[in-house]
Amino acid sequence: MYQFSQRFKLTTYVLMALGLLGLAYGFLSAPSTVEEAKAMVAAHDSDGHGSDHADESHTAADAHSAEAAHAQDSHAPGYETAAHADDHETAHDQHLLDQMRNRPWSAFYVSALFSFLIALGVLAFYAINRAAQAGWSPLLFRVMEGITSYLIPGGIILFVFFVLSALHLNHVFVWMDPEVVAHDELIRNKSGYLNPTFFLIRAAFFMGGWIFYRQFSRKLSLAQETATDNRNFVLNFRLSAGFLVFFLITESIMSWDWIMSIDPHWFSTLFGWYVFASFFVSGITVIALFTLYLKSKGLLEQVNTSHIHDLAKFMFGISVFWTYLWFSQFMLIWYADIPEEVTYYVMRFEEYNLPFLGMLVLNFLFPLLVIMRSDYKRIPWFVQTVGIVILIGHYIDFYIMIMPGSVGAHWSIGVPELGGILFFSGLFLFVVATALTKVPVTPKGSPLLEESKHFHY
Amino acid sequence: MASKIFRALYNDDDILMNAVKKVREAKHHIEEVYTPFPVHGLDKALGLDETRLSMAAFLYGCLGLTVATVMMNYIMIEDWPQDIGGKPSFTFIQNMPAFVPVMFEMTIFFAAHLMVITFYLKSKMWPFKKAENPLPSTTDATFLMEIAVKEGEEEALTELLLDTGAVEVQLPKE
Repeated sequence: MYQFSQRFKLTTYVLMALGLLGLAYGFLSAPSTVEEAKAMVAAHDSDGHGSDHADESHTAADAHSAEAAHAQDSHAPGYETAAHADDHETAHDQHLLDQMRNRPWSAFYVSALFSFLIALGVLAFYAINRAAQAGWSPLLFRVMEGITSYLIPGGIILFVFFVLSALHLNHVFVWMDPEVVAHDELIRNKSGYLNPTFFLIRAAFFMGGWIFYRQFSRKLSLAQETATDNRNFVLNFRLSAGFLVFFLITESIMSWDWIMSIDPHWFSTLFGWYVFASFFVSGITVIALFTLYLKSKGLLEQVNTSHIHDLAKFMFGISVFWTYLWFSQFMLIWYADIPEEVTYYVMRFEEYNLPFLGMLVLNFLFPLLVIMRSDYKRIPWFVQTVGIVILIGHYIDFYIMIMPGSVGAHWSIGVPELGGILFFSGLFLFVVATALTKVPVTPKGSPLLEESKHFHY
Repeated sequence: MASKIFRALYNDDDILMNAVKKVREAKHHIEEVYTPFPVHGLDKALGLDETRLSMAAFLYGCLGLTVATVMMNYIMIEDWPQDIGGKPSFTFIQNMPAFVPVMFEMTIFFAAHLMVITFYLKSKMWPFKKAENPLPSTTDATFLMEIAVKEGEEEALTELLLDTGAVEVQLPKE
């Protein structure tokens, strides 16, 4: 049995408390009036940080305002001018205020979403292993189930966030604002799908489906421990295969809803896969980290270096897969150079250059070069180092997906963002560690268990 | 030759694997093993050095990437810049995304082909090479182990080989 030590528990409490403080600071320090927002931008610029920032933000603040400004210049079809020329200045100031007030919300959202999706990635990996009746992995099922237990608290937090967004407490999803929709023909045409009510219904349905599978599969998995026949195992196999169909459809729609709609004019057809690859590799990494942690505590005796090797192979492979999708999405848009598509990348290259290109080093080059060699995939500290880098890199990936659309040029990785990371890593560790204490981490009763114990490469 | 080569024939891969372990425990030197199909774990049981083919593949891949980079730079930037889809062709880095597929394919091409060729050469296989196979039936259903035997140990070795389940032990002709 795994023991959730007092020291570890205290660490998670401290992480959560520090995180809450950081987030609270973020909310309190956000400007509440247009004047404050302008003063903050002016103070920021006089630091010599970005000399032309104020001017730049006028034209390229985010896809939303870039298009609004663009529409004013050329009256491009499909874009209505957001306001009359005299009102434009006030509209722009209001927009600046919205963006700056979005920052603590977005910092919260990136971490909340990332931690939830890690658990979801683990759930997908678990379901694939069940549906494929993989022989190597059953020893790790309790670890995976422990991680997926975070889906419930994580899902509730996310759903509350969505409800608060729909109540206009923040401006992260601009299409939720009726004022914006009234002046934006593109969003108006999408509003049959993209409206707060339907959005919340979908979110509840998706989360409900995923959590249902998680709970039911866990129940069958535990029932198999004491069963005399394989009925639970077979039912779990069928359930997992069915879940994967449900998951692949809902995951794709989830990525449009929760992430792509932050840039409501922009679209990409492989976005669902791209998001999936990102949280899938993060999920597998977290499985590897927890497995190594439990092994270091003397548990999971039968997990040998071949199991770690296999997890590291997945980390390596899915990292390359992520890069492939990242580049596929980028190259087509870069080559075609269609204004409504390319604004997405223009924004990221101009305002987010370092994190945007830096994450390619963290998510691709680093794993590629460090764990390409077969032997290194078996050395725990190599896998841990690469794992931590992958998690940082994919946090930045989600950051880059969300921030440009919600805070525009006024980004920074400061107190609110670190607060979000600390709070959600604390909560995640607390929930998962608690779930791991519930049952022995080494499962029994699965017909494939014997194969898993003797797995060697 | 200072030592003679014994041949032990087996008809099952599991028996062969155990035999290899026992023969090595008895401090005899196994020269070579011929099998009809790859036997999982035989390389480790024989104590062979780990292959360096993967390192070679990595270096070939790096070579391919370099060749592709130099090639695209010469073709598309230096020698005859072309305006394709309005993409800038003044410097390599500006047009780099368009070259990535070529760079990727050339990396794979070099790694794969040169690795196969290296493997053939390392295994002493080249065109018109005559097979070294001592017994044609090892391509069908027989497993053959060649063991070097020192002067005076012939009797004991034959005994040991038959013990390990060899169906036949062939002695070199005097």
